[in-house]
Amino acid sequence: MTQVTSGRTATVRLPTDEQILITREFDAPRHQVFKAWTTPELLRRWWTAGCGEMTVADVDLRVGGVWRYAMVATDGLESAFHGEYREIVPNELIVSTEVYEGAPDAEAVTRVSFTEADGRTLVTILVTHATRQARDAHVSGMEVGLQQALDLLGQVAGSLG
Amino acid sequence: MARAATTTDAFNAVAEPRRREILDALAGGELAVNDLVGMVGLAQPQVSKHLRVLREVGAVDVREDGRRRVYRLNGRALKPIHDWVKTYERSWSERFDALDLVLEELEQKEDEDDPGDKWANGDREASDR
Repeated sequence: MTQVTSGRTATVRLPTDEQILITREFDAPRHQVFKAWTTPELLRRWWTAGCGEMTVADVDLRVGGVWRYAMVATDGLESAFHGEYREIVPNELIVSTEVYEGAPDAEAVTRVSFTEADGRTLVTILVTHATRQARDAHVSGMEVGLQQALDLLGQVAGSLG
Repeated sequence: MARAATTTDAFNAVAEPRRREILDALAGGELAVNDLVGMVGLAQPQVSKHLRVLREVGAVDVREDGRRRVYRLNGRALKPIHDWVKTYERSWSERFDALDLVLEELEQKEDEDDPGDKWANGDREASDR
C-alpha cells in the first residue's frame, strides 16, 4: 500500500497571482474530515498544530453565518481570523470569506472541498485574495511565516556575497 | 556609503510588487532597461531604481553589452521565494498532522458505536505495513 503515504504531505501552490491552493489527503471518510473541520471541540485540537491554544472557535455553519477563530501561540502572540459562510454542502464543500484581523482590509474568499475515494478524503483549499500583495502577505504571515522566511532569505542573500 | 544587504532588505526587494514584475519579466531571459520599461510600464528612472535595489540584494546580475546594460535573473533569487512558500506549507503540514490524530480518534469512536466495523479497522492498520 505505497499510496498510503503519498498524499500525506500538504502541498501548497500559487496557481495565480492572487491565489493559494493547499491540498492534503486524509486516511478517513469525508464525513469525518468535515466533522473535524466544523466542530469547535475538534477544531480546537488540531487548528493550532500544537503551537498554542485556540481561544475562540465559533462556527455558525449556515449560509450567512459567521465563523471566528482566535489563538494564543506558545510565544504569547495572539492572532484571530473571521469570516462569513457563503456556500455549504455538508461533507462536500464550504465557501466562506476570510479576514485576518491583523490586516482587516484584506478579505479573501476560501473554498474548501472534500472529495472521497476508497475511504480516503482529499481536502482542497483554494484561497483567493483581491490583490497579489494581500496574497503574499497571507503566505508570509501565517504563524511561523515571516521570521523564518527572512532567515532563509538572509542565508541565501548572504551566500550571494 | 555602500553597506551589506540585510535580510529585511532582501525580503522587501522581492516582496515589492513592481520588483516582482521585473523579476517575472527577467524570468523569460536577459533584458535591457529599455525592454523592461516597455514591459513593466514604468518610466526609465523608476525601472533603474528598482533594478538597483534588486542588484544590491543579489536578485539580478548586470553585464555590459556594448553601450547597453543587460540584466538577468540570478537563478538563486528564486530559491527564497520557493522557501517562502515551503515555510507556509510546513505550517499547514503540522496542522494537518494534528488533524490526523483527531480523525484516528473519530474512527475509533465510530467503531465502538458500530462493533461490526472493528475488523475492517484492524485490516486497514495491518495493511499499512
